[in-house]
Amino acid sequence: MIHSLFLINHSGDIFLEKHWKSVISRSVCDYFFEAKEKAVEPENVPPVLQTPHHYLISIYRGKLFFLSVIQTEVPPLFVIEFLHRVADTIQDYFGECSEGVIKDNVVTVYELLEEMLDNGFPLATESNVLKEMIRPPTILRSVVNTLTGGSNVGDTLPTGQLSNVPWRRAGVKYTNNEAYFDVIEEIDAILDKSGTTVFAEIQGVIEACVRLTGMPDLTLSFMNPRLLDDVSFHPCVRFKRWEAERVLSFIPPDGNFTLMNYHVSSQNLVAIPVYVKQSISFFETGPCGRLDITIGPKQNMGKTVENMMVTIHMPKAVLSANLTATQGNYTYDITTKVLVWDIGKLNPQKLPNLRGSLSIQAGTPKPEENPSLNIDLKIQQVAISGLKVSRLDMYGEKYKPFKGVKYLTKAGKFQVRT
Amino acid sequence: MQEWANQLCENRQFGSKMTDSKYFTTTKKGEIFELKAELNSDKKEKKKEAVKKVIASMTVGKDVSALFPDVVNCMQTDNLELKKLVYLYLMNYAKSQPDMAIMAVNTFVKDCEDPNPLIRALAVRTMGCIRVDKITEYLCEPLRKCLKDEDPYVRKTAAVCVAKLHDINAQLVEDQGFLDTLKDLISDSNPMVVANAVAALSEIAESHPNSNLLDLNPQTINKLLTALNECTEWGQIFILDCLANYTPRDDRESQSICERVTPRLSHANSAVVLSAVKVLMKFMEMLPKDLDYYGTLLKKLAPPLVTLLSAEPELQYVALRNINLIVQRRPEILKHEMKVFFVKYNDPIYVKLEKLDIMIRLASQANIAQVLAELKEYATEVDVDFVRKAVRAIGRCAIKVEQSAERCVSTLLDLIQTKVNYVVQEAIVVIKDIFRKYPNKYESVIATLCENLDSLDEPEARAAMIWIVGEYAERIDNADELLESFLEGFHDESTQVQLQLLTAIVKLFLKKPTETQELVQQVLSLATQDSDNPDLRDRGYIYWRLLSTDPVAAKEVVLAEKPLISEETDLIEPTLLEELICHIGTLASVYHKPPSAFVEGSRGVQHKRLPGSAGSADSVDSPDTASAAGVSEAPPAVIPSQGDLLGDLLNLDLTPPTATGPPPAPSSGLQMGAMDLLGGGLDSLPPIPLRTDTPQSPQFYHQSPSPPDYSPTELGGDLGGSPALGAGFGAPPAAMPASFNAPVSGGLDDLFDLGGGVGMPMGSYSPPKTVWLPAMKAKGLEISGTFARRAGVIQMEMTLTNKAMSVMTDFAIQFNRNSFGLAPAGPLQILTPLSPNQSIEAALPLSTVGPVMKMEPLTNLQVAVKNNIDVFYFSCQYPISMLFVEDGKMERQVFLATWKDIPNDNESQFQIKDCHLNSDAASNKLQGSNVFTIAKRTVEGQDMLYQSMKLTNGIWVLAELRVQTGNPNYTVSLKCRAPEVSQCVFQSYEAMLKN
Repeated sequence: MIHSLFLINHSGDIFLEKHWKSVISRSVCDYFFEAKEKAVEPENVPPVLQTPHHYLISIYRGKLFFLSVIQTEVPPLFVIEFLHRVADTIQDYFGECSEGVIKDNVVTVYELLEEMLDNGFPLATESNVLKEMIRPPTILRSVVNTLTGGSNVGDTLPTGQLSNVPWRRAGVKYTNNEAYFDVIEEIDAILDKSGTTVFAEIQGVIEACVRLTGMPDLTLSFMNPRLLDDVSFHPCVRFKRWEAERVLSFIPPDGNFTLMNYHVSSQNLVAIPVYVKQSISFFETGPCGRLDITIGPKQNMGKTVENMMVTIHMPKAVLSANLTATQGNYTYDITTKVLVWDIGKLNPQKLPNLRGSLSIQAGTPKPEENPSLNIDLKIQQVAISGLKVSRLDMYGEKYKPFKGVKYLTKAGKFQVRT
Repeated sequence: MQEWANQLCENRQFGSKMTDSKYFTTTKKGEIFELKAELNSDKKEKKKEAVKKVIASMTVGKDVSALFPDVVNCMQTDNLELKKLVYLYLMNYAKSQPDMAIMAVNTFVKDCEDPNPLIRALAVRTMGCIRVDKITEYLCEPLRKCLKDEDPYVRKTAAVCVAKLHDINAQLVEDQGFLDTLKDLISDSNPMVVANAVAALSEIAESHPNSNLLDLNPQTINKLLTALNECTEWGQIFILDCLANYTPRDDRESQSICERVTPRLSHANSAVVLSAVKVLMKFMEMLPKDLDYYGTLLKKLAPPLVTLLSAEPELQYVALRNINLIVQRRPEILKHEMKVFFVKYNDPIYVKLEKLDIMIRLASQANIAQVLAELKEYATEVDVDFVRKAVRAIGRCAIKVEQSAERCVSTLLDLIQTKVNYVVQEAIVVIKDIFRKYPNKYESVIATLCENLDSLDEPEARAAMIWIVGEYAERIDNADELLESFLEGFHDESTQVQLQLLTAIVKLFLKKPTETQELVQQVLSLATQDSDNPDLRDRGYIYWRLLSTDPVAAKEVVLAEKPLISEETDLIEPTLLEELICHIGTLASVYHKPPSAFVEGSRGVQHKRLPGSAGSADSVDSPDTASAAGVSEAPPAVIPSQGDLLGDLLNLDLTPPTATGPPPAPSSGLQMGAMDLLGGGLDSLPPIPLRTDTPQSPQFYHQSPSPPDYSPTELGGDLGGSPALGAGFGAPPAAMPASFNAPVSGGLDDLFDLGGGVGMPMGSYSPPKTVWLPAMKAKGLEISGTFARRAGVIQMEMTLTNKAMSVMTDFAIQFNRNSFGLAPAGPLQILTPLSPNQSIEAALPLSTVGPVMKMEPLTNLQVAVKNNIDVFYFSCQYPISMLFVEDGKMERQVFLATWKDIPNDNESQFQIKDCHLNSDAASNKLQGSNVFTIAKRTVEGQDMLYQSMKLTNGIWVLAELRVQTGNPNYTVSLKCRAPEVSQCVFQSYEAMLKN
């Protein structure tokens, strides 16, 4: 099972280590540093490394490497999932997952790690359970603790640990009972030069924020559940009922959680909300190239496309860009060679356009690669797949909760090739 | 101390947010001293702060072990946080301060009785983490109580503690009966306890591969399946991985398990999903294919696999490695999902490369257009590694989907036109493979290729180009010029290019002999005289010899039809694939190697296999795949990179076989020399002393994962025949027979004969091992072997190789009655089970007192071998020289009398050709095998040796060996009262002399 964990920052310093079995010297990380060196970009470091006596499994999140050391045959996905869970927990506790925040709360992080694994076996990874055992720091609590000598470690057994609903603590009480659901869809798509869709799919997620007293039993039903190709649920969802009736029936955890993830794959029609007309060309002679991009609305279900942004990773040889945008601003970062065009709202009457010339380092050959465009966008109040929640019912409790559903569509990995 | 205290006060004063980062700032001297004072402070709050500071130092790797007694003193507190902090410290440092750690024991024991289950659990958990032997004794009693605690939280913590304790002191755990308690916990009412018990047992079982810890039966399976629905996500992973080890009794049970596992495919945790996929993939094997449920299950598997690809890149990577296995086993699952593997430009490189691999595996006639368009797109990306692989992928598509070959070739030509250096080089390498797959189809592109000759700077591309020029020399007008241009810098080229150039020029010469005579002479002299690379030199000599002796044969050999390459070359070999499917989701599946190949300390890891036999029988039947299993550790090569048949033959030995550690046995050449030097003084010396220094001396059998072909014994005997031996073992030239260095001496004749493929029995004192029982006839068991006489005992030396997927045990052997009453002198000594892909050497001493029956041929031996699977029969022949006894030297007088006494009808005469020993050497050599020279006479430059030998059953054989100086042909006359043996004896003579 998981033997040790090292947290390593961007520049390669180990700033925290935790061992769940015997202590392993941090020199084991040298193999990782070697691989990191080789990969150049931190994103490209292979997640599973073999060393003579150990295996190193790492994830890269928030400019930090979470590097775990294992010694025996352990499912790597198990380790990677766990590492992400650690990062999630840190984020959940302290608002962000960064070196600074971890150093500021090093003892709490250490206590958390100790609670999350025992001898390498996961012990408590549910945020609800953890929070009952180790309370997240708040300014108020730290002041109170200093004055009273109290502690931020709970001394009763977390109620969720052993019940059939480990995700929910007992005795929850609210004066305002509310249940909100956000249906968020991300479009992953690749469009080719001519604008034809090479590949498109929708990754959807339903995030919930449930603050309800007692032990409510909720049922969420959709107008068109057959849309979904693949679903994965929070453990609270009763799978049998989904199989039989296509409704989500569950006793919710308390607070924020991800109720389900779903997938609408390319076989179904995935609407592409915008079209992109582009041409980026470099000339054989003369140190320059041309760029011309126009974006227009396509299938956006009658809603406005907002937060439009185009990002282009230019070839190394491109020195500067001299462009005019009819809408929004553009920036070109010379060191990273990234061109960003921030458009904002998409106006169907007056299509935004960016055009102008690119200058190339003199003496270098014409760049061979074609830069891809990365598109960001948001459409409020619509799930692009057409998924709709029809109703939410509550059983088991008497009060009337506030209910609400919000929809949002975003671009995920939305790329246009040139 | 002051400063830090002041800082703390300041923080409070200004009400600023207190953080732990201050712990990082105190690095000045005297820090430890300050902390000591604080730890001993009376104020609770100060104590806690101090412990926190200690922990902070510890987490960043500072050594604070000196504070051990002070920290442990803080342990007796009712403040849970402080207690936990002290525990954290203890776990880290107890190992280095075992005596001090004992101080803490009392508190632990007390805490295990605490009314609060949280504290009981914490105590038992922490105690297990203190890896000090002395403490373990005190741990047993509290642990026993906690395992039976009324609170499930304590029980599940205790279950894990058993695993911890086992890690520290396995014997103790067994003696105390904790393993049984743990097994009982599998039936616990609480699913979390069940999951932890399974996890703990699995971990313990890993270090006890043969124990029956997780004895799965339908009842326990049912309990596990019930717990599966109710335990945490991590518990589900443990339970699913455990279920995957179970073999259902029949397809109905298999289906019912599958039905209960499928809901796990919808879990948000990808590790749960993949473990569920493993169980389903395995149990699916047992379902009949026409079952409706089978189809349903196939359909259910695709969406979750696709969804895994939208997760974080690290998860994607592991998922992709596994999907790679799944599409090889069951391509139908994802055949419609090609598009999800399309590469996004900002995917990490490790994801891109894996996606590309799967795209090729899924490529079919239906989707090839799409795939090619994508690949072409990728070939213009930035990342060089990725671009290269994309270009290679186009070539692989051409080989895989025949209909697309033309399209692929034209795509490749387009890419060559880009003139991007590495793209061009990769393209040329793959076009070479396309030529091999579809000969005489796309040669029109050669002109385009030749244009790019100058830009090639990588050995592989150069070698590929040279191969193309050589192979199609007759269609390239200026082939000689092209090749000549390479020849200029011959010595700066890499070996790969040199070898290829040599072969190409020889091909060219055979095709256009008139114009290229000079060129071929040039390259042969470069290769043989100016090179110190033994491979190159040997290949050069072979060609030289070939060309000078028999150009027709040369043509047949060099320009022989080449076997076609196919897509299969890059598939994982089926038996390995089956094993890897059983390991989906594990490290093995990421590395595509069986766990036995890399898991440390895996003593005899059980090889898993898929249930059902439909697929496995096929794979064993094919000798090709079976032999590939032996070298499965090497990553599957895309396509054999060397062009021609002969090249492949020679290149097999290009790199020294790493699996064979020991140096080769003294070569026969040396051995012979030594005997020469010592002359007759060696009369009574049996051959064994010369061999005992080889690590593979026959008294031992040793296991080696290497294929038997590499065994040193054989190589020793094989020296003359394998031109690459020198290279293979890096033996200095001095170790070779002298004739090896002289191109025209008779020694090369041998070389040529053998290199040309004339089969001849080999072996110095015992013939090389031959395959007696091929794996396909014996359900995966392969036996190759030979006979040897060592120190007067006849030995049957065998290499048993397990090419099946299950472990073989319980070996036994029996002989049929035979001509000389050979029988095993003892049982076959194979003590350890033979794991798949493993070989074992066994030496069986034989006696000659068994029942006798005349066989045809005389030296035929029928053998039965039994193992846990079945009984197998094979027959083999032993060289009769094994039966020559040590006291076979006849008195001169007796010899004379006997010779006369035996009627002339019983005399037979044979010729031994091409033997280059002088009479003394021959005599010595024969003496090693108990053929004794009684007298020697020289008449007119002809040596006559009179020899005798005695068989185990008392039959005497008399011989007259005539050796004429300068004539490589010997004449043997044999006289024996039982003339049937003469033929066998003659064969032995020839074998003995020629080795």
